[in-house]
Amino acid sequence: MVLELRGITKSFPGVLANDDVSLSVELGEILALLGENGAGKTTLMNILYGLYTPDAGEVLVDGQQLQLSSPSDSINAGIGMVHQHFMLVPVFTVTENVILGIEPTKIGGFLDMKAGEKIVKDISGRYNLEIDPSALIENLPVGIQQRVEIIKVLSREARYLVFDEPTAVLTPQEVEEFFQIISGLRETGKGIIFISHKLKEAIEIADRIVVMRDGKSVADVDPEKVTEEEIAELMVGRPVELVVSKKQAEAGEPVLVVNDLFALDDRDHTAVNGVSIEVRSGEIVGIAGVQGNGQTELIEAITGIRTSLSGTVSIHGQDVTSALPRDIHRMNVAHVPEDRQESGLIINFTVAENMILDSYYTQPYSKGMQMDWDIAHKAAERLVKEYDVRTPSVDTQVSSLSGGNQQKVIVAREFDRDVGLVIASQPTRGIDVGSIEYIHTRIVEERDNGAAVLIVSSELDEVMALSDRILVMYGGKIVGEFDPKKDSTTEIGLAMLGGTK
Amino acid sequence: MTDTSTTPVKIRATPEVRRARIVGGILLVLAAFVFWFFGLNVMGNLDATFKITLPTDKIKDVKMILNTRTLAFVVAGVLAFLSGIQLRRSTEKRTNMALAIGLFFFIFAFLAWAAAGKSFSLVGMLRSTVILSVPITLGALSGIMCERVAIVNIGIEGQLLASAFAATILGSAFGLWAGVVGALVVGALLGAFLAWLAIRFQVDQIIAGVVINIFALGMTSFLATRVLSKAQDLNSAPQFKAIKIPFLSDIPLLGSMFFNHNFFIYLMFLLVIILHIGLFYTRWGLRSRSVGEHPRAADTVGINVFTTRYRNVILGGLIAGLGGAFLSLTQISRFEENMTAGIGFIALAAMIFGRWKPFGALAAGLVFGFARALQQKLGILATPIPSEFLLMTPYLVTIIVVAGVVGRARAPAADGEPYVKE
Amino acid sequence: MTESNDTNHPNPEESPTKRQLPNFLARVTGGNTGWLRSLLIPTLAVLAALIFGALFIALTDLEALALLKEDFRGGLSLMTDGVSVAYKALFTGAFGSIYGLSETLFAATPLILAGLSVALGFRAGLFNIGVNGQMLIGGMAAVWVGLNITLPGYLHIPLALVAAVLGGALWAGIAGLLKAKTGAHEVITTIMLNFIAFFLIEYLLTTPAFQDPGRNNPISEQLPLSARLPDIFGGDYRVSLGLIIAVAAVFFVLWLLYKSSPGFEFRAVGFNPKASRYAGMNVEKLLILVMGVSGGLAGIAGANQALGLSPYMVTSGFAGTIGFDSIALALLGGSHPLGVLWASILFGAMKAGGRSMQAAAQIPLELVTVIQALVIVFIAAPELVRAIFRVKPPEKEKTQLTKGWGG
Repeated sequence: MVLELRGITKSFPGVLANDDVSLSVELGEILALLGENGAGKTTLMNILYGLYTPDAGEVLVDGQQLQLSSPSDSINAGIGMVHQHFMLVPVFTVTENVILGIEPTKIGGFLDMKAGEKIVKDISGRYNLEIDPSALIENLPVGIQQRVEIIKVLSREARYLVFDEPTAVLTPQEVEEFFQIISGLRETGKGIIFISHKLKEAIEIADRIVVMRDGKSVADVDPEKVTEEEIAELMVGRPVELVVSKKQAEAGEPVLVVNDLFALDDRDHTAVNGVSIEVRSGEIVGIAGVQGNGQTELIEAITGIRTSLSGTVSIHGQDVTSALPRDIHRMNVAHVPEDRQESGLIINFTVAENMILDSYYTQPYSKGMQMDWDIAHKAAERLVKEYDVRTPSVDTQVSSLSGGNQQKVIVAREFDRDVGLVIASQPTRGIDVGSIEYIHTRIVEERDNGAAVLIVSSELDEVMALSDRILVMYGGKIVGEFDPKKDSTTEIGLAMLGGTK
Repeated sequence: MTDTSTTPVKIRATPEVRRARIVGGILLVLAAFVFWFFGLNVMGNLDATFKITLPTDKIKDVKMILNTRTLAFVVAGVLAFLSGIQLRRSTEKRTNMALAIGLFFFIFAFLAWAAAGKSFSLVGMLRSTVILSVPITLGALSGIMCERVAIVNIGIEGQLLASAFAATILGSAFGLWAGVVGALVVGALLGAFLAWLAIRFQVDQIIAGVVINIFALGMTSFLATRVLSKAQDLNSAPQFKAIKIPFLSDIPLLGSMFFNHNFFIYLMFLLVIILHIGLFYTRWGLRSRSVGEHPRAADTVGINVFTTRYRNVILGGLIAGLGGAFLSLTQISRFEENMTAGIGFIALAAMIFGRWKPFGALAAGLVFGFARALQQKLGILATPIPSEFLLMTPYLVTIIVVAGVVGRARAPAADGEPYVKE
Repeated sequence: MTESNDTNHPNPEESPTKRQLPNFLARVTGGNTGWLRSLLIPTLAVLAALIFGALFIALTDLEALALLKEDFRGGLSLMTDGVSVAYKALFTGAFGSIYGLSETLFAATPLILAGLSVALGFRAGLFNIGVNGQMLIGGMAAVWVGLNITLPGYLHIPLALVAAVLGGALWAGIAGLLKAKTGAHEVITTIMLNFIAFFLIEYLLTTPAFQDPGRNNPISEQLPLSARLPDIFGGDYRVSLGLIIAVAAVFFVLWLLYKSSPGFEFRAVGFNPKASRYAGMNVEKLLILVMGVSGGLAGIAGANQALGLSPYMVTSGFAGTIGFDSIALALLGGSHPLGVLWASILFGAMKAGGRSMQAAAQIPLELVTVIQALVIVFIAAPELVRAIFRVKPPEKEKTQLTKGWGG
C-alpha cells in the first residue's frame, strides 16, 4: 500500500523546478517533505495533484501508474490535498463547501442539504473533528477552517492526504491539536505527506523526513537519528545560523507610544481592542501572534492607513493619531508593510521608481512638479549596490525580481535616511535564507544606531531571535509581555492562544 | 492635539454612523421642502384626484381624492419625524428603511402637488412602472447570471440593442416567434463573444463590454441605414398583445398592475422565481456561485470554471435577448438607432442595487421603472418643470443609487478577475 | 497562491501569466514588447478591421446580393466593384489631395484631445466613458463666453478655452468625486452624466443666454467673429487653431505622465492604489484630479467642435460621436500620448474619407463605427490578429511584463 513518485522532472522557462525526484509514502505513515521556499516542494505536490504534468517520471499507487491530468484524477486515485491557502468559499457554509463537487441531489438537481449535513456529521464523528455544519466559513477561526478542509478531503475517500504548510497559521497549541488529528488519521490507516519548512515540527511528528533543495531530493532520513542543525544544513546547503547574533540592547527614551487604541477591521468588527504599547529607542519589540488577531489593523492604525476609533498614538512625543501616512513618514519612520506585492511595491514600476516611491515629491527628485530622473536613477543605483539587490538594472520591473530582492528594495527605500522608528510587518515572509539573514542584520543595525524597532511576525522563531522584548497579541489585545531570554516558546504559545501568564 | 494621558473615551464617528446622520439631514431638508413648496406654496382648495381604475376595467371609477396642501403638511411631519430618529442614531441599522419610507412619502406629496387641481391616473402610472421596468429587470437578471460567475458584463446595452434589431427584422419578415428566436440567438451570441474575449484572451472585462456596445451600436446603425431604409417592410414588427389573467386582472389596482400584460412580463416574473430557486437551491446554482466566489476552490473539486462561465454568460445573453425582443415586439415596432438609450447601464445599476439577487433585481427594476414612468406622466401633467429635466430623471436616479445612498453591497468575490489555471 | 519567491531568480512555480494580470493595460493590449512589434499589432488590427469592413460592405449590398442569385459571376463582380469604389473613395478622400489631408487633420483635432482624455484616465486606472458629456459641458461653457462676453479675439478665445477646460473638468470631477467618496463605479456614473449633459444642453439651448433669437428650436445664436477658432491655412482648408492646441496637449500629457510628479502619482495609483496609499499618496484626491484633467481635455475638444465649425451655431449634437471614438483611440494608441496622436490621425482619415465614401458609394458613415469597433476587438485580443495573419508571438512574451506599449 504505497504511493510513489519516481524520477519526477519538471522545468519551467529558465528554471528546473524538480530534478529527478523520487519519494514514497506508505499507508499508516507520516512523511515530512522539508525544504526552503522554492526548493520544489510545491511543484512536486502540484504534479501529484494533477495541476502540472511532469516532463519525465511517474506517479504510482500500489505499483499502478496513474495518469494525473486534473485534480479529479488525483481525487479518484485516492489522493487528497489540503492546500496552504484554503480552498473554501467564505460565504458558503461548512456543508456547502464540503459537498461542493459531490453534491447529493434530489430529483431535478435540487440540493439535498440534509444528506449533505449527514456526510459532514459522519466524518466529523468518525475522525473526531468537531464542527458545526451550518456555520459560515468566513465566521470561523482559521484553525477550524482547516478542519473543514480535512473533512472535505476525507469525504472524497482519500487514502493519502497531502498537507501543504498546514501549520503556517496556527498557534503552538493549535499545532499540537493538528498533530493529534493527523496521528489519529495515521492510526486509521491513511498515508500522510506533510510539506513544511519548519524543522522542529517535522522532527516532532514525522516518521520519515525527505529534504529537498534546489529541485532535488537530497536526503531521506529518520527524524530520531538527526539533529536540527543537520537538517537545516541539508535544506540550505551550508551551515546555518539559527540565531541572530546581537549585542545587548541599550534602550533609551520612548519613541512610539500607543495608548488604549481601538480600531475596527474592514467588516466593522473590533480588531484592535484597547492596545497600549511602548517602544523605546535602541530596542526591538516583537509582537507575536497568529495572524488575524488584530496585528494588521494595529499597524495600519499606527501608520495612518486606518482611522482608529479612539485612543492615541504618538511618535517622538507628537500626537499622530489622525495623521496621514505621509506625515508619519516625514517623521523619520520606516515602514515595511506586511504584503510586499500589494502594499509595499508597485509591481509594474521599475526598481528606480519603487526606490523613490515615498520621496519622489521631495528635493532633489523633484523641483515643484518637474521630476529629475537622472538623480533618481543615480540614487537607485547606489541603493541597489548598498543593499545587495540582485537586479539586471534599476530599470527592470520589480516584478522580475525574486521575493527576497523585492523585500530588499523596500528595505533600501525605507532605511536610506535617518530613521528614528522602524515598523516591520512579516519582514521575511516567503523569502530565501540569504535575504532573511541580510534583512535581520539590517534591522539589528538600525536598532544599534538608536532607532526604535517594532516587528510584527507570525513566525515565532523570528520574533524570538530578533526581539529584546516580546508582546503577544490575541483577540485584539496585548495579553502578555515576555523576555526571549528567559521565557519559553510554550509559555508564549499559550498566550498566543489566549491563556494568560 | 490631545495629550496622551487619559481622556474620556471619544468614539470617532464611523462612516456608517455618519451616513445615518447624513440621511437624517437629507430627510430634514426634504421635510422643509415639502412643507414649503408642496404645502404653503399651494392654494388650499386644490385637490389631487388619483384614478385607481382604468376605463377598461370591470370595476370603474374608483378614485382617491386628496387635498394637496394637507397631504403635504402630513408628509412633512412624517419626514421630520423620521429625520429626528435618524439624527439621533448611533448605528446604521434601518437607515435604508427610513430612507425608503421617506422617499415614498416624498414622492406621494410630489405627485399630489403635480396633480393639484387635476386628475391623474395613478393606476396608469403604476402599470407603466411595471412595463417600463421589464427591460431593466431582464437586463439586471442577465447581469446577475454573468456576475455570479464573476464575469462583469458592461455589454448588456449592446445585447439589448442588437437583439431588438434582430427581433424587428425577423419579426417583420417571418412573424412574432421568429423575432423572439432571433433576439435570443443574437443575445446569446454576443454573450458568447464576451465570454470568449474574457476567458480565452483574458481581455479586461470592462473593455470587452465596451467593445460589445460599440460593435452593436455601429452594426445596428450601419445595417439600419444600409438595409432598413431601403427595405421598409423589414422594419415593422408585429406586436404581442396583452393577455388578461381571468379574475385576478379584475382586482382594482393590482389587477392592472400585474395581471394584464403580454407574455414577456409574465415570463419575467417567472424567470425571477426560477433564477432565485436555481441559484440558491440547486446543484447548478451552488457550483455557479462557487465559480464566482472562489474559482480556484471550484477548480480543485473538479468543477470546470471555464465551461461554467461560458454556459452562464450565454444563458445571461439569452435573457438579455429576451429584453431586446420585448422592446421590439411589444413597445416600438420600428427599430430606431440607439433606441435603448442607456437602459443597459441602468440595468447594471439595478443589479447592484438588488445585491446580485433575482428578487432584488426585480425590486430595483421596479424602482427604475417607476422613475421612467414618473418622467412620462409628469410630461403629460404639464408641470412647470422643463421637459428636459424630466427626461434626466432615470439617469439621475441611477447615479444616486450607484453612489451608494443605499450602502455598499458585496459583489461575488472574484468579480472581474480572469481565472488563470496554473 | 503559495509564496515561493526565494532564490535569486524569478519564481518558476508561479504561473507566468499570473504575473501579467495586475497590469490591466497589459491585459488590454496583450502584453507586447519591442518598438517594432508594438507597431505591428495595431497596424495589423486596422488591416484586419478594414478587411472585415469590406466583407460587411459586400454582404449588405442588396443589389449585388439579388444579382448573385441569377448571375453568380456578375453578382460577385458587382460586389467587388462596390467594395473597391467604396475603399478608393475612402483613401482618396483622406489622403488623395491637400484638401483631403486638411480634412483628415481637421477631423483628427478633436479626436486627439478626446483620446488623450481617455488615455490619461486609463493610465490612472479609471474608465472615463464620459467624454461625450464633458465635451458638451465644456463646449457650452465656451459658447457662453463667446455669446455673452465681448472681448477682442486674442482675449476672447483663450477665455473661452479656459471656460471649456473648467466646464469639462467640473463635469468629470463629479464622477471622480463620487468614485472617491462613495466608490461609485465611474463607468456607470460617467455614462449617466453623458445623458444628463445632453438634456441639460437641450434645455440651455432654449434659454435666452444661448438661443438664437429668431428661432424656436434648441440652437444657439451665431458666435461672434472674435470667438471663432481661426483657420490657420485660410481658404477652403478647415484646419484651425484647434490642431495646434491638440498637438500641444499631446506634449503636455507626455510631460505630465512621465516627467512630472503628479503624473508619477497617476501611474502609481493606476497600477496599485493600495501601495500608493501606503507610500503616502492621497488616492482620493488623485482620482478626482485625474478626472478633472481628463475632463478638461475633453472640454477643449468640445470647445473645438463648438467654436471651430462653420456656421458657428451650436445644437445639442455638436459633440457627435467623438466621445464614442475616444475609447477606441485610447486603446489603439496603447494609452500613450504619441500613440493616441497617430491613432487619431488614422481615425480622422477614416472620417474624412468616410464622407467621400458616403457620397461616392452610398455607404453609411456608420461603417466607420463598425470598423472602429473591430479595431478595438483586435487590439484587445491580439491573438485574434495573430491567428488571422499567422504572426508568431514574440518569444518570451509571456514571461515579460510591459506597461503598455511605449510606456
